[in-house]
Amino acid sequence: MSNPEQLRYSKEHEWLSAVEDGVATVGITQHAAHALGDVVFVQLPEVGQDVTAGESCGELESTKSVSDLYSPVSGTVTEFNQDVVDDPALVNTAPFEGGWLFKVRVSEEPSDLLTADEYTAFAGE
Amino acid sequence: MPSVTLGASVPMSTPPAASRRTALDAVHRALGATMTDFAGWDMPLRYGSERDEHNAVRTTAGLFDLSHMGEITVTGPQAGQALDHALVGHVSALAVGRARYTMICAEDGGILDDLIVYRLGDEEFMVVANASNAQTVLDAVTARAGGFDAAVRDDRDAYALLAVQGPNSPAILKSLTDADLDGLKYYAGLPGTVAGVSALIARTGYTGEDGFELFVAPADAEKLWAALTEAGAAHDLVPCGLSCRDTLRLEAGMPLYGHELTTALTPFDAGLGRVVKFDKPGDFVGREALAAAAERAAATPPRKLVGLVAEGRRVPRAGYQVVADGTVIGEVTSGAPSPTLGKPIAMAYVDAAHAEPGTEGVAVDIRGAHEPYEVVALPFYKRAR
Repeated sequence: MSNPEQLRYSKEHEWLSAVEDGVATVGITQHAAHALGDVVFVQLPEVGQDVTAGESCGELESTKSVSDLYSPVSGTVTEFNQDVVDDPALVNTAPFEGGWLFKVRVSEEPSDLLTADEYTAFAGE
Repeated sequence: MPSVTLGASVPMSTPPAASRRTALDAVHRALGATMTDFAGWDMPLRYGSERDEHNAVRTTAGLFDLSHMGEITVTGPQAGQALDHALVGHVSALAVGRARYTMICAEDGGILDDLIVYRLGDEEFMVVANASNAQTVLDAVTARAGGFDAAVRDDRDAYALLAVQGPNSPAILKSLTDADLDGLKYYAGLPGTVAGVSALIARTGYTGEDGFELFVAPADAEKLWAALTEAGAAHDLVPCGLSCRDTLRLEAGMPLYGHELTTALTPFDAGLGRVVKFDKPGDFVGREALAAAAERAAATPPRKLVGLVAEGRRVPRAGYQVVADGTVIGEVTSGAPSPTLGKPIAMAYVDAAHAEPGTEGVAVDIRGAHEPYEVVALPFYKRAR
């Protein structure tokens, strides 16, 4: 599986888009989605909620497990993906696209995220 | 929070070094299966979506590799009596060609394993144990058969086990065998030839659907898998992993050793006292303790095994507490999102006072939040016959 070049990645298997007008999009990687199996429930941060890089801000339930969702960046949530709340399977079918999770007004530029190549090596793909 | 982090739950590429591989290992890898360590075996967890695999078994057919299961063969003039003594069931009463669900208990009545016993001949039985307990069962049966004219054989390496489960499974199998499948009842088994491979064909399973389990020589496993896959193509047969096997058995209300069944519980505690046959001839291991457990269960029922159905979407997991009025009244033993019901379900042991279907005010503590659950009778799902 290929990880899009334009995204940056956390070691907790989240991705972060390029920041546009101060806002970036967050999701989980295809590697993570594949490892979790069918996602059946997502709990996402609320609009207006402050999230902190590396800290839990929600959860994903799959058939076999429940996993904390970590924000790869600090900031304030501006939007969450209602489509994913209604149809969590989008996380499996389109983790980098329609399965995005939430958008953040970035308060602090993250410094420790991985490039696509680095993440690919990290995930052992 | 007792939750798993995304980071921690994502398996990296190296499987545990000690895992055993089945005769179908190369097939699973070629199919791109996600593998998992299960009771010391490297087994397919799923090939694609576990929900799709689950639904295939409910509506068409699924193909499983269950070669991790542990086969033990008992032969000899007193093979039946030896098993009557070793197990809680009346195994010697089985007709040749029939199978029975039973258990093996410790002297104190605790469940060592749940089993299926097939009578293959007048003097030949095959005991199928869970992979995680196979050595325990082998050791116990061997020791308990000591005073009988019977031989106990470890046949774990003698068989690969393939299962075809789902409503289309008879049609698939019929196209590959001359065996009398219409005459093969549920919980029966007969020797035959499937796709040119010698097999014990059993009409058993762990999915709540009609289906077959095929015990074959490991050297024949790939050939049989390929033939079933080819014949199954016209019947929407899909390869299925252990993940959907777990949700299928949960919907069907079938217990899983290590979850609903443990050494700390007797069959009566698990609501399965019917497998204990006190009226069989001869003594059997655990009789005294089990008789006491039967009385106890009748007089002052301990916690009972019930079904729980979620009103919300958060999934109960094994070990989560069941609560009512802020008090802990039980514990979840298995839980999963149910593909058939479209909502989370669980099996749980709860205090008898809260065990009646429809009991109000029952919730599961899901990581600190008390999510309302409905108490229901098991199973959650029963196929139309």
